[in-house]
Amino acid sequence: MTPELAREMVELTIEHLVLVVTAMAIAIAVALPAGILLTRHAPWRRWVIGFANVMQTVPSLALFGFLIPIPLLGGIGKHTAIVALVLYALLPVLQNTLTGILGVDRAVRESAIAMGMTGRQLLWEVELPLAARTILAGVRVATVTTIGTATIAAAIGGGGLGVFIFRGLASVDTTQILAGAVPAALIALLADGGLGWAEKKLSPG
Amino acid sequence: MTPLVSFRNVSCRLGGKDVLRGLSLDVEAGETLVLLGRSGSGKTTALKMVNALLLPSAGEVRVEGTSTVAWDAIRLRRRIGYVIQEAGLFPHFTVEQNVGLVPRLEGWPAEKIRARAHALLEQVGLPPAQFAARYPRELSGGQRQRVGVARALAADPPILLFDEPFGALDPVTRVELQRQFLALRREIGKTAIFVTHDVREALLVATRIALLHDGRLAVLATPAEFLRAQGEEVHAFLACLDTKVGVS
Repeated sequence: MTPELAREMVELTIEHLVLVVTAMAIAIAVALPAGILLTRHAPWRRWVIGFANVMQTVPSLALFGFLIPIPLLGGIGKHTAIVALVLYALLPVLQNTLTGILGVDRAVRESAIAMGMTGRQLLWEVELPLAARTILAGVRVATVTTIGTATIAAAIGGGGLGVFIFRGLASVDTTQILAGAVPAALIALLADGGLGWAEKKLSPG
Repeated sequence: MTPLVSFRNVSCRLGGKDVLRGLSLDVEAGETLVLLGRSGSGKTTALKMVNALLLPSAGEVRVEGTSTVAWDAIRLRRRIGYVIQEAGLFPHFTVEQNVGLVPRLEGWPAEKIRARAHALLEQVGLPPAQFAARYPRELSGGQRQRVGVARALAADPPILLFDEPFGALDPVTRVELQRQFLALRREIGKTAIFVTHDVREALLVATRIALLHDGRLAVLATPAEFLRAQGEEVHAFLACLDTKVGVS
């Protein structure tokens, strides 16, 4: 491995991580509160989950492409890539937030209300702690997927490890492809392991 | 004296079905009123109207003279202990945290909560040194139910509600807990409303039995009167006694 390649790998890995972390932070910031709201408003559930589902079914390369002509959200570069990654990451977090909270034992929820907990206390002291593992499992799935999908960001000028992969594909250079694919896979494995560990550490419900 | 809890011509419609129809009933301070009935007779619905988990669709339920609609629901519920089948303990709280929940919500100082929780655990026969730090999943069904009772008593509420509290226990444990219930009642003399479908349990714990049938009050009687009461539904329940005792 040449020093230039090594340096570029470090740079692109960092760029990749920035994409993933930013996208996940936004996705969680949107999907977690949305999921909580949806546990309170059953009629909206179908529509919101439907939207998130559709986002997941759009082939990722196409989604990146679709975003380019859209004003504000789209264009070429990192922020478009992040928008696309967020759209992908929403569903698992949203779905697991819903599943986790709605899965809290009826008797437990009822006794919390009967003890005189306010809506906020019910959420913070009972529902979220008991749903935490399930929600984190959703975050884990979303993170691992995002790490992989983020390699496509390079196609629209978003940078990251995908730069190696697309360059390698164009020049039929296996070394370049591996220089992108191997670190991406390693990051995914690490994230999966780390979040899986955190999931186990959370007190079981 | 105004009754502690008073049902006045209360009806309740749930999911298009009239679960309660014109129930009128007073619960006096210090008594244990048992709501007895089959599944679907409306007894649990009536119970849940006392702490405003359900509100009447007609009539009113008064607690300490004030309609449950007029009460601030949170304040009302913190004055009423609630014990349900399978206890409904918080699985992520220790036994001590479960018992101390309402005092904590009420803002008691930590030391006082701890002392209260330990005293109650002692009272329900679970030595705190051994049980306070455990989680509900580390307890037997009977022990969980005891914790449930301790939790309901924690903030010293004037009214206690029991919704088939011993229904899911094995017969031996159930009898133990029924005895403990009677002993506790002698000690603390609180007003209790107790839902069950088990006529023997009703006769054992009640000072008065309200038999509900199809959302209506069929009979209201002391246990002694209940044994002599007339009516199809009473007879149906009294017939259970014979078979359960196993007289051939």
